[in-house]
Amino acid sequence: MSALEVTLRALSALAAFLVLPLVVGQAEHKVMAHMQGRLGPMYAGGFHGWAQLVADGVKFAQKEDIVPRAADRGVFRLAPAVALVPYLVALAVLPVHPGVAAVDVPGSVLVVLAATAVGALGTLMAGWSSANKYSLIGGLRAAAQLVSYELPIVLAVASVAIAGGSLSLMALADAWTPWWLLWQLPGAVVFLVAGVAELQRPPFDMPIADAELVMGAWTEYTGLRFAFFLLAEYAGIVVVSVLFAVLWLGGWQGPFDDTLGWLWTLLKAFGVAIVVVWVRVSWPRLREDQLQRLAWLWLVPLGLLQLLLTGVGVVSGW
Amino acid sequence: MTPLDTAFAASSVLAVVGGVLAVATRHVVHAALWLVVALLGVAGALLVLGAELVALVLVLVYVGAVVVLVLFALMLTRAPVGPDREHAPGPWRVVGGVLLGLATAGLLATALVPLADGTVERADVTSQQVAGQLFATWVWPFELLSLLLLAALVGALAVARVGRKEGSA
Repeated sequence: MSALEVTLRALSALAAFLVLPLVVGQAEHKVMAHMQGRLGPMYAGGFHGWAQLVADGVKFAQKEDIVPRAADRGVFRLAPAVALVPYLVALAVLPVHPGVAAVDVPGSVLVVLAATAVGALGTLMAGWSSANKYSLIGGLRAAAQLVSYELPIVLAVASVAIAGGSLSLMALADAWTPWWLLWQLPGAVVFLVAGVAELQRPPFDMPIADAELVMGAWTEYTGLRFAFFLLAEYAGIVVVSVLFAVLWLGGWQGPFDDTLGWLWTLLKAFGVAIVVVWVRVSWPRLREDQLQRLAWLWLVPLGLLQLLLTGVGVVSGW
Repeated sequence: MTPLDTAFAASSVLAVVGGVLAVATRHVVHAALWLVVALLGVAGALLVLGAELVALVLVLVYVGAVVVLVLFALMLTRAPVGPDREHAPGPWRVVGGVLLGLATAGLLATALVPLADGTVERADVTSQQVAGQLFATWVWPFELLSLLLLAALVGALAVARVGRKEGSA
């Protein structure tokens, strides 16, 4: 691999990292507004308020960057970066087209899971280092939630890895057949629910709960550092959506996938992202005990059942 | 030095520095965070040596679950922001700890350094090879370990439950 190719690949991953989360953010603004029958800001930029996101960005950049006096300065300032950067690593290994990913590694499924696991530390660091009771409770809830929902995610992904016989996202998307839509359905549901919970988005936003915890771990953050946490959330939606599209919806498989494969992947991922937004506006927040109950009494057994089903299917050659 | 040597040296330094700081720091939450650095260093060294699966599972399990649990437990306690002077060990314990650590490091070094020939060689270990070893050659130890962990889990639950009055659960 030449130096030029390495640079190009790195730049393309960075470009995707900078653009896709903003596209999802914009989509969330508009889709939510329409679903809830409220217009939302429709003036910035003229048509449909398209420039609202830009205005938000400018606003965040102008705000003062405050570190509370009692806070643990180093950890407090580092936390947004720890939350955001791992998603860049995860995006770099996600394939979008037959043979096309910024980096193609043999264990790319595990890279994505490991990177998102590191990213989760950012919330915990923020929650503890803020020296604020709301932040601390938010951090505690986040930790409990992350530990509980990590397991169903790994189970669901392991099931697809067994079905496709590989740990490479590229090979798994190639191995996908429409039959998987039914065969891997329980795992898909488990992954989508646990993925939304892992991102701490409504209805699983107990750690953030703006009405009672005033944004939990993010309470003390202002300006760009706060924006980085929001960006990390949107990057997380992108990673979960692309992963879901590649593993359960066949990624680039579709008509003319030699030339249009990337479009199918992105469209499927965008559809999943819309569902994630839809879930947010449809359900009320789960209480902490309901949240843990759902993970341990429903998702984990369902994930194990899916694993069994996949094992039976692979051994008997469905 | 080849690029592999450099990468290996960098991740090893990261692992050692992270490890030393995790033990030496007075900030109890910082210790957990330095542990993350040390684990990432070890994972990096494993990646350089070609053991991709082990490296990634190390990050997934230890950073994603174990350190998160440690942080959870620390946040449940009164982990202070700033140095924790209350639990500072006395001078004898520090000296003893340092001596013990040096002795262990020396023992490992005398055993392992003669095995190294100075160059970093990449032995690409595929997931299939790891799975083959794990589920064929080492399947009994592997399953026994799982059973042991399960027993420990049930035991922990029993310890937490026994002695608690009925109805207070």
